[in-house]
Amino acid sequence: MMTSGMFTTWFLPGIWITIQVTLYSAALAAAVAFIIGTLRTSQLWIVRFVAGTYFEIFRGTSALVLMFWMFFALPLFGWQLVPMWAGVSALGLTYGAYGSEVVRGALAAVSPAQREAGIALSFTRMQRLRRIELPQAWPEMIPPFNNLLIELLKGTALVSTITVADMLFAGNLVRLGSNESAPIYTLLLVIYFAMAWVLTRGMRALERHAKRGIGQLPEKKPGLISRKLSARGETDQAGSQVAGGMG
Amino acid sequence: MNKWDWSNVDDFMPRFWDGVLVTLQALAIGSLIAFSLGLVWAIAQRSTLIWIRWPVIAVTEFIRNTPLLVQLFFLFYVVPEWGPSMSPLATGIVGLGLHYSTYTAEVYRAGIEGVPAGQWEAATALSLPKTRTWTAVILPQAIRRVIPALGNYVISMLKDSPMIAVIGAFEMLGEAQAYSNETFTTEALTVVGVAFIVIAYPASLLLRALERRLVR
Amino acid sequence: MSAENSTSKETPNPAADGSELIRFDGVMKRFGSNVVLDHLDFTVSSGKHVTLIGPSGSGKTTILRLLMTLLKPDEGTIKVGGEYLTHEERNGKLVPAGETHIREVRKNIGMVFQQFNLFPNMGVLRNITEAPVHVLGLSKDEAEERARELVELVGLTEHLDKYPSQLSGGQQQRVAIARALAMRPQVLLLDEVTSALDPELVAGVLDVLRDIAHTTDITMLVVTHEMNFARDISDDVLMFDAGRVIESGSPEKMFSDPEHERTREFLSAVL
Repeated sequence: MMTSGMFTTWFLPGIWITIQVTLYSAALAAAVAFIIGTLRTSQLWIVRFVAGTYFEIFRGTSALVLMFWMFFALPLFGWQLVPMWAGVSALGLTYGAYGSEVVRGALAAVSPAQREAGIALSFTRMQRLRRIELPQAWPEMIPPFNNLLIELLKGTALVSTITVADMLFAGNLVRLGSNESAPIYTLLLVIYFAMAWVLTRGMRALERHAKRGIGQLPEKKPGLISRKLSARGETDQAGSQVAGGMG
Repeated sequence: MNKWDWSNVDDFMPRFWDGVLVTLQALAIGSLIAFSLGLVWAIAQRSTLIWIRWPVIAVTEFIRNTPLLVQLFFLFYVVPEWGPSMSPLATGIVGLGLHYSTYTAEVYRAGIEGVPAGQWEAATALSLPKTRTWTAVILPQAIRRVIPALGNYVISMLKDSPMIAVIGAFEMLGEAQAYSNETFTTEALTVVGVAFIVIAYPASLLLRALERRLVR
Repeated sequence: MSAENSTSKETPNPAADGSELIRFDGVMKRFGSNVVLDHLDFTVSSGKHVTLIGPSGSGKTTILRLLMTLLKPDEGTIKVGGEYLTHEERNGKLVPAGETHIREVRKNIGMVFQQFNLFPNMGVLRNITEAPVHVLGLSKDEAEERARELVELVGLTEHLDKYPSQLSGGQQQRVAIARALAMRPQVLLLDEVTSALDPELVAGVLDVLRDIAHTTDITMLVVTHEMNFARDISDDVLMFDAGRVIESGSPEKMFSDPEHERTREFLSAVL
């Protein structure tokens, strides 16, 4: 089995690194998602075009390739990124692009009548967005955001390939040190699963809270860890189905 | 070294095409596994026998909610301890296929649930045997509608395929990484990064067109 | 509700003096090849209550939506209180107006919609105070005081803390009326405000509107199928057909002795 030394020097800090990478890249992804998603609903075609280009490019790249590129290629252009920030940027920029489709779709699903009511009360476009459209779209965004968050958590394992000492990196060290692979990889899988479960519970609570905030009752949802995928692909397509996907 | 040098691109190209070939191989066989295994999961999840339904749901949920990368290590290092030992590429293909089968299972499930209840009732009224009901009535209707969704997961698999480089299968990223290490250059990585966009973007456009035709 | 207690922070609501408040000049509106308004000219004097009647598709609602700038005219101009609504004069030339100008003129206009369009993410009180606070710049206290008065006027005091989804259609529509009035508009547009309501809830909403029509000097432009209501509150009734006003006059004349054949047909079908 694992030696206790390995466990405390590498594995426990590794868990903490995984949590940190998840939180930081989720924060970056959320910022990107809201900014790009909102810009994609702009009335100016040039703004829509630029934001849409961002979306298509980052949706098309592989997060791992982007991460490698940031880690290995950027320094040779004179930009040295700390490994963890290379990982966080790659994950945040990629999942932010998927998230922007969630935001755009949920905004598009707000009924035009609400926009008209906002115009009739002389709100500016920014006020309508901030006070009417985003608050109404927000509860609809949470379930697809939950799916993306789990994908992001799984994606954090990639940072181990660019020398960030997350828990998979630590697990690989333990394998090399002990020559036993079954216990450590099983443990890793279980921890990732447990983290996914906790995140899903949290997002569920958030969804209930958000729905109560607009006077709706959330419906009960099935599923072992209660994560429902929509019928279509979710990572790339997180969005094209947003309007219809959550029923 | 920090100037773009086309001669590096030229040098890398033969290995790039080797990598593309491996990637496409992994993608093709991985998709086949994901499509067929996913269908098995989806049907098993609807089984009336609880000792089939429940374990299948548990296993697919577990696989879907844990990282492919860790699963690849598990398949490569743990499974040979008590089972068959596979080459890196074969392990990678099985890993990709297995991981994505838990996604396609959800796609099929939604497709099957989308078939109107009247179809089941009509099959019962005609006393069709169970296998016949599935193969002649339900699945043909369900699958047609989910083809674009399955296609979307092929694109996702494409973007996850570089992970198999980590266990030593030399697909595009693996080749680029090896080349960069030998020459201390970055062009190869950039070429691969661009290659993904060049493949993924038209593919997703194609799927959106297909989706408009098949799903109404 | 009257002009005297308007505060300095907002556009004053001048007492209705009978001067011209709304003017349509040669307004043309098409949807594709379908001409909805055909070179329409008409005016509404301040303080008047004008009802637009006519078969569906005759362009009545389009007029309200043009005034609210939810639609833009293809040709012609609209003036509100002497100011162009969707145009500006620059160097003696008429050019399409910028967003700021449009919003400034539009502040004088309030609208109540067929489907209420309350904000589901806000309670009753906030639905009413949101725009006065963030558009007119009232303090939260001022806005809430104004909202409470209006909620009392529409008879919903005990529902102040509820969300729209917890109210009946009739109650929601009364909140929507209060929300529009909280902006102290000079003109109130009512777009088939009872059409989406269950029959037993219609009377409550119409009573509130009658009350407002009789006790304030707000100018009203009403599209409705409730002919008794139209007769009660209107100073003028305009009959529309195929994008044109074919007849107009006092409700007494229009409802009892219409001149035009189409008006007679229409009224016998709805009365």
